[in-house]
Amino acid sequence: MRAALAITRNDLHRRLRDRSALLVALVLPLALAGIFSLTLGDVTDDEVMFEYALVDADGGAVAQAFRRALGEIDAIHLTPDADAAAATFVVPRGFSAAVEAGRPAHLDVVGDPDAPIGTLVGEAVAAGFAEEVRAVAASVLAAHGRGDPAALARRAAEVPSPLALEDVSAAQKELDARTFYAAGMAVFFLFFTVQLGISSLFEERRDGTLARLLAAPVPHWAILTGKIVTSLVIGIVSMTVLALATSLLLGAEWGNPVGVGILILAGVCAATAVTALVATLARTQEQVASWQAIVALVLGMLGGSFFPVGQAGGLVATLSLATPHAWFLRGLGDLAAGGGVGAALPAAAVILAIAALTGLVAVVRIGRLVQP
Amino acid sequence: MWAMTSAAAAARARAILECRGLRRSFGDLVAVDDVSFEVTGGETYGLLGPNGAGKTTTISMVCGLLEADAGEVWVAGQRLTTRAVEAKAAIGYVPQEIALYPDLSARENLAFFARLYGLGRADTRQRIGDVLGLVGLADRADDPAKEYSGGMKRRLNIALGLLHRPRLLVLDEPTVGVDPQSRNAILESVERLGAEGIAVLYTTHYMEEAERLCDRIGIVDHGRLRAEGTRRELVSLVGERDRVLLAGTGDLHAAGEAAAPVRGVLNVSEVDGALELLVGDARSRLPELLATVGAAGLAVTSVEVQEANLESVFLHLTGRALRD
Repeated sequence: MRAALAITRNDLHRRLRDRSALLVALVLPLALAGIFSLTLGDVTDDEVMFEYALVDADGGAVAQAFRRALGEIDAIHLTPDADAAAATFVVPRGFSAAVEAGRPAHLDVVGDPDAPIGTLVGEAVAAGFAEEVRAVAASVLAAHGRGDPAALARRAAEVPSPLALEDVSAAQKELDARTFYAAGMAVFFLFFTVQLGISSLFEERRDGTLARLLAAPVPHWAILTGKIVTSLVIGIVSMTVLALATSLLLGAEWGNPVGVGILILAGVCAATAVTALVATLARTQEQVASWQAIVALVLGMLGGSFFPVGQAGGLVATLSLATPHAWFLRGLGDLAAGGGVGAALPAAAVILAIAALTGLVAVVRIGRLVQP
Repeated sequence: MWAMTSAAAAARARAILECRGLRRSFGDLVAVDDVSFEVTGGETYGLLGPNGAGKTTTISMVCGLLEADAGEVWVAGQRLTTRAVEAKAAIGYVPQEIALYPDLSARENLAFFARLYGLGRADTRQRIGDVLGLVGLADRADDPAKEYSGGMKRRLNIALGLLHRPRLLVLDEPTVGVDPQSRNAILESVERLGAEGIAVLYTTHYMEEAERLCDRIGIVDHGRLRAEGTRRELVSLVGERDRVLLAGTGDLHAAGEAAAPVRGVLNVSEVDGALELLVGDARSRLPELLATVGAAGLAVTSVEVQEANLESVFLHLTGRALRD
């Protein structure tokens, strides 16, 4: 074990001096997470706020209920400045009376062509309110034989917000944009970072130092162990630093530290095992570099490091479950939903199973890596 | 069960390296075929042969990098295989290609391998100082190896092999691509090692290096050890015949006929307007030869004497030149 640790120590010492290693392990993931958060964060962030104007030409009870309903939606802010609004709700005169009488009523949404998303959200809000009011009106009519304006307004105000869809349990398990991109980039680059350990055997073969290691009184397993431990240490350190850095610099919220630690450990094991497996299939340094890059890229894309493919459904969502990335992000989502350490365990178990499976195949083939 | 005879055991005890019947193939190519030799402490043994003769493959088996298809390697009384960890501790390996970490300094390279060979902290410090001094790199010890010249890298390559005081030092063509000054420094270092009692196995395709350094030489070609012995023993295989070339003006034919009966002259022929004579111990016979051909009417204008050497031995044994 002394020799294995000496090899790990030597590798870490050399990697610390290698600027390209620091670039891949820390700078690139941090920079990309920052860029994605800044450019895409506003679109996907739960705390996004749309500005709307409301023109109430009706002034009736139903119109007032609509104003109150809008006020209860977190993502909507009513502004008196129609020019600053993504859309303007127009409640025409006679709206309440028409609703109360059970006649067709119109609630208009005037959108800003430059704010299509805000306009769409406004339309959805208005449509949702109209649906609910129609249901309430029908209910009140059924109960009282004719519309009771006071009861109608009261019931309309009590109906769930049209944006209640945001409150379904699945949404609570999603990471906010900053955390998603921080974790996504971290796990994506992890598959490049761990290559600095096991794949350096190809570099040693090129430089002739592998022959020197093999001629030294060092068992083959100690050389391999030293390289694998290097991968594990670099992976754990880079992930931990990225978790801390993105929390401090980008405001990412990774969740329960112990749970995050478990997920990181599992993720690093999986990345190391997958990388080792790819290395055992390659013959040259060029092959191993390109193959590992392809595998890292495909797994990262499929696993949802860049966008949440799991929400796309279908085959892609199913395939993503074969990647450690998807389970890593899912585990963080479970932690973000408020679960304790235990919430991370199912995802960590799946990641470790992937690590065990790929690692087992790698172990069978790994002897060929220690040949001069 | 294999049992060692007492004579074999005694021989093995004397020899630091003993190779017996080594054989290794790569597909259909037999790279090393039934090679046996031994090297004792303080002896420098040279494997001389052209590129592709099987020298590096032999060394790879000696150092435990390659498993032999057949045969055995014993180092300091221990059987050596690719997984014989303890036996490898007795070997210092200097590969043909420069094998070091370019981003580390000489001191850091040495410190890393000192840890692998289990040297203590104080011993490591002392040995690093010793070997850096031996190869003349003490003043550049903390510079990254990538900033060294080719010759300096070669010398560090050797220092890495010497670091742990090996009983057997294996050098695989250590002077290839080295400038004359560094080459001379390397050869001087190897000469000192032999004097210190280390067994040295040295491969080269440079005849001059083998003649200068090696106590005994094994001539290798096409994977087989064609002959081995001291330089004198090997040269005697071709009868210690020197080649004398006499150029001049006058009657070449008459001079040749006059020279043929001279004692020591084995053969006379005319080549490109000159007389070529094969002579045993040409230096002592030269005055008599010159007088004889002069009396026969040849005014000698130039004399060239080529003494028998390993090149001629190799030619004699293999039918081709060492650098073919």
